[in-house]
Amino acid sequence: MESINYQNFRIDAENICVDYNGKVALYDANLRLKPGQICGLVGMNGAGKTTFFNALTGFVNISKGKIRINGESVRSAQKDQTIAYVPQNEGIDSQFPISVWDVVMMGRYGSMNIFRTPRESDVQAVKDAIKRVDLTDHSSTPIGNLSGGQRKRTFLARAIAQRASIFLLDEPFSGVDIRTEKLISELFIQFKNEGKTILLSTHDMIHVREFCDLVLLINKTVVAYGETSEVFTPENITTTFGGISPDFLFGPES
Amino acid sequence: MELCSFLTLDSFITDPLTHDFMRKALLMSSLVAAVCGFLSSYLTLKGWALMGDAVSHSVMPGVVVAYALGLPFSLGAFIFGVGSVALIGFIKQKSRVKEDTVIGLVFTGFFALGIVLVSKIKSNIDLHSILFGSPLGISLSDVKQTIFISLLVVILLSIFRKDLMLYCFDPRHAKTVGINVFFLHYLLLTCLSLAAVVGLQSVGIILVVAMLITPGATAYLLTDKFDNMTVISVLSAIISSLIGIYVSFWFDLETGGSIVLAQTFIFLFAFLFAPRYGIFKLKKLFAGYK
Repeated sequence: MESINYQNFRIDAENICVDYNGKVALYDANLRLKPGQICGLVGMNGAGKTTFFNALTGFVNISKGKIRINGESVRSAQKDQTIAYVPQNEGIDSQFPISVWDVVMMGRYGSMNIFRTPRESDVQAVKDAIKRVDLTDHSSTPIGNLSGGQRKRTFLARAIAQRASIFLLDEPFSGVDIRTEKLISELFIQFKNEGKTILLSTHDMIHVREFCDLVLLINKTVVAYGETSEVFTPENITTTFGGISPDFLFGPES
Repeated sequence: MELCSFLTLDSFITDPLTHDFMRKALLMSSLVAAVCGFLSSYLTLKGWALMGDAVSHSVMPGVVVAYALGLPFSLGAFIFGVGSVALIGFIKQKSRVKEDTVIGLVFTGFFALGIVLVSKIKSNIDLHSILFGSPLGISLSDVKQTIFISLLVVILLSIFRKDLMLYCFDPRHAKTVGINVFFLHYLLLTCLSLAAVVGLQSVGIILVVAMLITPGATAYLLTDKFDNMTVISVLSAIISSLIGIYVSFWFDLETGGSIVLAQTFIFLFAFLFAPRYGIFKLKKLFAGYK
């Protein structure tokens, strides 16, 4: 028997199932990602994309299967700040009385003392992260006064400040301006070169072709998984979206 | 004339202070207001107004049973407060009934149980003081309990200030970086139960939810910084308490109602005139204001 070295995989999800009070949200899903890989997570609303993210971050418990992050459990990945989650803009309260600086500093909380007192290194990490997303002039701006793109960049900066090796991004391109889109795609290339692993969910088919080495098509379970050029076919997409033809999906509205 | 009106204002404030029960009421109510105001920031941002209402009503049977058994009323209140939340969670999970319905159903059930118990258990419990508060008639043992609980809540909130803020803002991130969200959830619930317990002495069970949400809502309209929000919330709560007690003293009004009404007026003032978020955006009137 061939033995697999799990250490090689940043993310190794094997036959995972998630159910909410008996309702199955995701079943028999598999995913293996190595350092430096960017993978697109594509599926309809309710297909289990967010559930997949939640399982990887440990926000929901899996009822079956196994998840290894860098060869270790999800629990120890949490302790090591391995995974950063960048939420959808709709997923956060944009009226929360908090500044860009405060949000990015939250990326450091996991490695701070119980009072979350910033050390010199934390302050520096936050400064650098804010600079990388080009928000230095907006450090003290309340997030409620930001545009959608700036808010997205704020949460990206939080992930950078966290120094995570895995980035999970929920719809990173939805509702952002051209400038932010360009900046995010530049950051993706940098992250890739730094050996980070990126899993991003998206509705936009063009972005998948543009950025993703791999694609994971899901509809409650994995419909297809592999190299984007091989897997991202009209047939597979049609199956993923429950029989809707890709012509419709690639139409002017998508 | 000027001297005369000054003397009137002066005596308006100092006269009540000559009474022992008024000094005690002012001090205790300010303490209670500060605790509830502190917590209020979190509850309004978390969207737990209904939960606050539920917990505060549900403590009723706990208070009655504790009095009847000669236990500290805070203990009974705490058990029923947390118990009600556990029950709400359980029913929600095991049935198809929607959450707000379950909350309404559970807390009215507990509240009704409390009222029935009061009528059945022969004791010297004053239903009126439980329902409407009695800051002017607070006993020495109640004072000790109130101080102890208040300090406990303030210490807990101070230690976990930032974690609770993160929990209210983005629990998923908290979980992702290994922060114990389960603990924070129950910490906030515990503080809510304890604050409801001390708050009900000031304004009574029926109105205590106002102490837990109005100061936070007022502060939310006045600032975009979390720390400032906490400070404003605490200050507006204390000021409301003082105004409420003075007004009720001089005009012989129900004290609890007066305190809450003062809070409501301060909220309305912020609602109308808050610099950025008020209807009449005062900010525009001040050039160079930032």
